[in-house]
Amino acid sequence: MTALLKLDQLFLLTGIALVIVAVLTWRDRSNPRRWSSGLFWALWAVIYLAGDLLPPMVSGLIVVMLAALGGLGGVSLGKHGTREPAERQTSATRLGNKLFLPILAITLLALVGTLTLKDVHIGSLLVAETKNITLISVGLGALVGLAAALWMTRETPMQALRESRRLLETMGPAVILPQMLATLGLLFTDAGVGKAVAHLTTSYIPVDNAFIAVAAYALGMALFTMVMGNAFAAFPVMTAGIGIPILLGMHHGNPAVMAAIGMFCGYCGTLMTPMAANFNIIPAALLELKDKNGVIRAQLPTALLLLAVNIVLLKLLMF
Amino acid sequence: MTADVSLWPLIGVAVVIVGFVLRFNPVLVVAVAGIATGLAAKLPLDLILAKLGTGFVKTRNLPLTLLLPLPIIGLLERHGLRERAQAWIAGIRSATAGRLLVVYLFIRELAAAMGLTSLGGHAPMVRPLVAPMTEAAAEKTHGPIPQPVRDKWKAMASATDNVGLFFGEDIFVAFGSIVLMQTFLAENGIVTDPLHIALWGIPTAIAAFLIHAARLIRLDHRLPQDIARARAEETK
Repeated sequence: MTALLKLDQLFLLTGIALVIVAVLTWRDRSNPRRWSSGLFWALWAVIYLAGDLLPPMVSGLIVVMLAALGGLGGVSLGKHGTREPAERQTSATRLGNKLFLPILAITLLALVGTLTLKDVHIGSLLVAETKNITLISVGLGALVGLAAALWMTRETPMQALRESRRLLETMGPAVILPQMLATLGLLFTDAGVGKAVAHLTTSYIPVDNAFIAVAAYALGMALFTMVMGNAFAAFPVMTAGIGIPILLGMHHGNPAVMAAIGMFCGYCGTLMTPMAANFNIIPAALLELKDKNGVIRAQLPTALLLLAVNIVLLKLLMF
Repeated sequence: MTADVSLWPLIGVAVVIVGFVLRFNPVLVVAVAGIATGLAAKLPLDLILAKLGTGFVKTRNLPLTLLLPLPIIGLLERHGLRERAQAWIAGIRSATAGRLLVVYLFIRELAAAMGLTSLGGHAPMVRPLVAPMTEAAAEKTHGPIPQPVRDKWKAMASATDNVGLFFGEDIFVAFGSIVLMQTFLAENGIVTDPLHIALWGIPTAIAAFLIHAARLIRLDHRLPQDIARARAEETK
């Protein structure tokens, strides 16, 4: 069924914005590597604009080029016309708490859209693609929030794109990491990394002791998630390897407890791995932290303590 | 277990671990790991490239939640959003950095548990609001704060967002991961009720809140020492 609002439209918008960012970068003489930096943003734009039309080999070559440009220092910072702190202070006083509204608009519309747009029709036309409802709502929220911000600050849409470029350049090539890592995860699955890890964990552990079996399941979930960067990938593998045959089959545990707490063990792993770039590496770049692993370092004690608690909870609640 | 499981694909995992530990550029590490994994699985080079390409196109929806709010945040920052957020928190007398993050943790986790996962996030909330507010709350009582301590609190703001989201969302019955668990168990002939899976997640969700909140409060108390130590390092 066709829908009025589609994820493809957001891809198109993102692609166009990235093309403009690339052009701005090419014209930025203060950037010592403006040609290669602009090329990086332009290539990423191609993935958004023409991803479906390109032969997979060509997209693959683009990925390798992005990695080379981003990994070998081809992407550098330009100069941005930022305002003086005093100017910002003045407009902060002038606009007051109104400044928060556009941000709340993104969040609120994203929520409202997710809750209400599902299966809404105009005639026979679906309003928004059902499986992408959350992203489409976030997109709607972002557009409304942007309109509000432009109106409030009396800036041009071009200024909004310049500001986006400033933020993108602050984060640098790390912005493509989530996508790169998700791709690596798919490759890992195809190549049988999951099978190999499951083989290692299940072959060398004395599982007839219930506590050791529980600990192996919990730690396996955490470790496997750290490797794949995603607890969803770890769950089927560890559950088929240890959970079902040993915790349920041999020790007769409660499957709901095993699943609930087992997945949370995986989440503890997510807190400890650079592979979960969206949660751990991107924020470090976004907050301009000196230590790229700063967020992981901040999460480590929480993750380890909680993992220990989870092992105890599994042992107590499951049997 | 059959003996013919190939361990060669683990080379990719090794590349990632070594690369991250030695602090090579992560983008490059991941690309090399991908190619190494493909080669270890005896895939021809053109197929590896095609797989990289297909995967990268398929996952291009991932950066959207980061990219879409950027124009708004950039514009508002230009017009004093951080300054306003900091002034607002400085006006609340009982606010400390740790307490502020405990409140944020509570709201984030509770909202996620009700399925409202888009309430929060690193781009729309932490960078423009939560992190600057945390800094301002710390500076209100302790004066200007040295960079390492500032970075530690900013990192803690992001960590708090993650902990709240992860351990909240999984006790929401309709969340994808619960569906995934139930479906997988059903495929293996084990019947579970999604509601039970959600309910049995609650003890961990509470433990996550208590552990992280305790760390935040402890960090609050240690703030004067942390500042003194950072200053001593600076003058060394």
